[in-house]
Amino acid sequence: MPDVQSMVAEFVNKLRKRKIEGSQATAKCTVELLRSVISHQRVPHANQAAALIDAVKAVGQQLVAANPVELAVGNVVRRVLHIIREEDLSLTTAAMAGLDLLDASDDDDIDNCKGIGYPAMSAAVVAAAARSTLRPPSLQTLLEGTPESATVPYTSSSGADSESKSKSADKSSLTRKLKHDVIEGVNQLIHEISGCHEQIAEQAIEHIHQNEVILTLGSSRTVLEFLCAAKEKKRSFRVFVAEGAPRYQGHLLAKELVARGLQTTVITDSAVFAMISRVNMVIIGAHAVMANGGVIGPVGVNMAALAAKKHAVPFVVLAGSHKLCPLYPHNPEVLLNELRSPSELLDFGEFSDCLDFGAGSGSLQVVNPTFDYVPPNLVSLFITDTGGHNPSYMYRLIADYYSADDLVM
Amino acid sequence: MGAQKKGGGGARVSEDAEEQSRQRLQAILLADSFATKFRPVTLERPKVLLPIVNVPMIDYTLAWLEYAGIEEVFVFCCAHSTQIIEYLEKSEWYSHPNLVVRTIESHKSISAGDALRYMYEQQTETSQIQGDFVLVSGDTVSNMPLADLIQEHRDRKKKDEKAIMTMVIKQSKSSSLTHQSRLGTDQLFIAVDPLTKQLLHYEEDKIDHPSGSVCLDKSLLESNPSVLVCNDMQDCYIDICSPEVLSLFEDNFDYQHLRRHFVKGVLVDDIMGYKIFTHEIHSSYAARIDNFRSYDTVSKDIIQRWTYPYVPDINFSGNRPLRLGRQGIYRACDAVLSRSADVGASSVIGYGTKIGDGDKILNSVIGNGCCIGSNVVIEGSYIWNNVTIEDGCEIRNAIVCDGVKIRAGAVLQPGVVLSFNVVVGRDFVVPAYSKVSLLQQPTTEDSDDELEYADSSSATADQLSGLNLQMESKASELGPDGAGYIWEVCEGAHDEEWKHSVAPIPEDKLAEITQAIDDDDTDDESVVPTSGELKSDADSINTDMNDPNDDYDYFEKEVEGTVLRAVEENIKVDLVTLEINGLRLSYNMESADCAGATFYSMMKLAVDTPHNSASELYKNAASIITKWKELLGFYVKKIDEQIEVIMKFEEMCQESPKELGPLFTQILHLLYDKDVLQEDAILRWAEEKAGADEADKVYLKQCDTFIQWLKEASEEEDEDDEDEEEDD
Repeated sequence: MPDVQSMVAEFVNKLRKRKIEGSQATAKCTVELLRSVISHQRVPHANQAAALIDAVKAVGQQLVAANPVELAVGNVVRRVLHIIREEDLSLTTAAMAGLDLLDASDDDDIDNCKGIGYPAMSAAVVAAAARSTLRPPSLQTLLEGTPESATVPYTSSSGADSESKSKSADKSSLTRKLKHDVIEGVNQLIHEISGCHEQIAEQAIEHIHQNEVILTLGSSRTVLEFLCAAKEKKRSFRVFVAEGAPRYQGHLLAKELVARGLQTTVITDSAVFAMISRVNMVIIGAHAVMANGGVIGPVGVNMAALAAKKHAVPFVVLAGSHKLCPLYPHNPEVLLNELRSPSELLDFGEFSDCLDFGAGSGSLQVVNPTFDYVPPNLVSLFITDTGGHNPSYMYRLIADYYSADDLVM
Repeated sequence: MGAQKKGGGGARVSEDAEEQSRQRLQAILLADSFATKFRPVTLERPKVLLPIVNVPMIDYTLAWLEYAGIEEVFVFCCAHSTQIIEYLEKSEWYSHPNLVVRTIESHKSISAGDALRYMYEQQTETSQIQGDFVLVSGDTVSNMPLADLIQEHRDRKKKDEKAIMTMVIKQSKSSSLTHQSRLGTDQLFIAVDPLTKQLLHYEEDKIDHPSGSVCLDKSLLESNPSVLVCNDMQDCYIDICSPEVLSLFEDNFDYQHLRRHFVKGVLVDDIMGYKIFTHEIHSSYAARIDNFRSYDTVSKDIIQRWTYPYVPDINFSGNRPLRLGRQGIYRACDAVLSRSADVGASSVIGYGTKIGDGDKILNSVIGNGCCIGSNVVIEGSYIWNNVTIEDGCEIRNAIVCDGVKIRAGAVLQPGVVLSFNVVVGRDFVVPAYSKVSLLQQPTTEDSDDELEYADSSSATADQLSGLNLQMESKASELGPDGAGYIWEVCEGAHDEEWKHSVAPIPEDKLAEITQAIDDDDTDDESVVPTSGELKSDADSINTDMNDPNDDYDYFEKEVEGTVLRAVEENIKVDLVTLEINGLRLSYNMESADCAGATFYSMMKLAVDTPHNSASELYKNAASIITKWKELLGFYVKKIDEQIEVIMKFEEMCQESPKELGPLFTQILHLLYDKDVLQEDAILRWAEEKAGADEADKVYLKQCDTFIQWLKEASEEEDEDDEDEEEDD
């Protein structure tokens, strides 16, 4: 499949050269690429799921290696793998059960009517179905009761999800169905990723109150939508934007906010501590959320979080579900940071005489990290597209989205 | 799913159509520097394949061009073209989705000018270059965006037909002491129109001939109300060219160097009113690796991440990314470091490299598959791949190429360059700035900067075949168990040694220069307002005095060559005079100098012709003088010039008293007979010499009788004249 391969190569190239920025854009590109990989993958009769998983894994490894800092790529690859495993499981159980599908198809219709609003819900249902087999036994699964009694009702509902085609339960249609179902699932994931802003923004009204002062740092599309959603609901509040040196993306955010009619004040990053006592809530967008509830965000975020802690100001992190990363930050395999070019900090020409290593005098070194890590104890609340969560709850969400087999790719 | 596929395909088609509507972005990459600065390393491998921070230079250039949106690159290969093509075939560049890489081979080109002329000839057949193109060399490291710049160039071209080139410059302060940039190149003075950014003046302050002043043409100021003169700019050697540039090179077949000839030609000679514009880059990086010093500087810039995203921890061209740790240490995941090894800041350690106990590594780059023993000190050095360093070695500011073995206890002093597979013997100390290779230094004929190793690919093969024999005989140059030749520094390159080496400029040298400047200041503080920037070079006073002599030597050599050729090929006197006149103008000499030089070369010719006895030599000289007296006569019209000839002759006789000495009088007489010299000249010479030291009077005494005879003759003549007058 040369065109898939060239697409992969092109995307890998883009990732390598850091041409794509922002986790949402990257996640979307990744999942679209994986969809075409799956749709072009020829599946053998036996063990089709394994073939798909291998294909996705192979591409996924390339993508992750191309830009290990962009954790969203790995997250999405793992999500897709999880979808394949789930669909495979539900199909086999459906084939085994092989009955009472008619009433279930009603359920399915309802799902379709509701449209995009509940993809996460259906995924959650499927995940619940697969829970007993996909996850290592935990206290909860043990308490949930006997596996047999748990599986049967779930099977019926997941069979519903996979539409009424499984009526003819013979092998050949199953082959096609698995791929079809997986692509369905991936499409839902695409919906979920592209709709995450609205999902999160919908909750804005519950968190932002009248006459509050909100502080944010750097630029995040999620934060922008979140604040604007609150504004549209006739909440009046003020926003402080820390500029986010050295890339000054806060300036862009401030511009956007003013254009949408919000009361905006730009401050320097170093003024955050001075201003925090006036602030009612800090809202930032995350680059990635780690499995322990720690947050990777634009540089300077940890300082803001510490300041918020000191003044007991709630520190709220907005993150789409594609930003949930099943890895732990102390894992050496996880590259947490990237050092960018010093030219963002200072002008090469002005300082070129200090950079002269040949002269033997002291030389100037410049460090320009992109990200900051905020430990979970500084985070008050995560707002994801499935609602608000405590940092300590993150591992539960992650368990729903990813299967344990895929953590190490 | 079918629908989705179609949708995707459709989008691509429309994109393609868009792309076709605009011109393809093309680049010419010169994979040959046409210089010898990287010798002896470049004898065995082309410069563009030399690793810089463990990745070949050409990969940086290609990755950047690809990133900047260039769609087609013509790689012009010259020296070692097979190696370059092999490398590209193995790499991923040939199968790159966005970038078409084509190679062009030409072994005849010996300069950038030749390369472009070759491109032009190809062009007429195939018309590969469709429009504006980017001209870079394969040793450029940059991350600047190009698309906008090319657009800017095209827009300007549309408005002004004559704007044929846009040159990229970047601010970079040069050292006030050594007058060289960070990259080790000469300080650059440029004048730019601040509004249009047109380049008005371009001058490299040559290290060997510091001019001390920058001359701007007055007409520049007349036609441009404001001119910005700056000396803190660095030429990135990245040019956006219109097709006219190629045809200009074709028309002016003597253009060799892009800057020294082409830019100068366009600016000074004002060819067809063509204009060059500049573009200054601020936030992005661009530099060309021109010499060992810039190799060092650019390596450090890469490690300091100025070239982001072309840094070692990002896989930008199929290289295996290294892991970036604290303090800017890049380390491969499978590198083995001893616990007691001390790896300092800004170091790079490649794949499969082993570092032993107690090693100290600072500011250095170590390649793949190296094996480093214990208690080794490596500081500011560049160790390439598969190098073995045994226990207790000390390496400071050196470049060590692939496959080198350094035996226990050896020391490399700053500035050393060890070429491929050299073996340094046990406890041997390689002296500072020495260049060591398994290949012998080529004869000094081609020490000329421009005449590069175009033929070296064939020469190398020859040398390699004869290598084993040579090695055995002279292996002891690097100690008893070593292998390699220490190259001698070519004449006149002593300066370059410390200016262009990887080692930082030593303290004492800096002190020396500072001292010189201080002296200078006290000398001319009253005369020149010390603006600092336009001030004359540190040692300008000394060199100014030496300069004429140097020039005269060159001039003499050239004249000698001309006369020799004239004699051999029997060229007409008129043509020879024309040539010598040309030389005279280009070296700014007086006609007396011409006379001296011509006579000198004629006599030299006579001496060089095989002869057995003095009489035979005389015969030789006589025949040459008889034959070419017209040529000589052309320059010796005045008495002064004739005296110059005699002095020159005397000088020659002093140099070879055995051969020419005894013939002094005879030849002088001959010259008198042939009407080359007049008696006045000889007599005046005798008068002048009369007051000289005894030692200087040898030849005067020798021809005493001749002069006496001349004197008498002239007196007689005078008398005759008087008689005649009386007769009237």
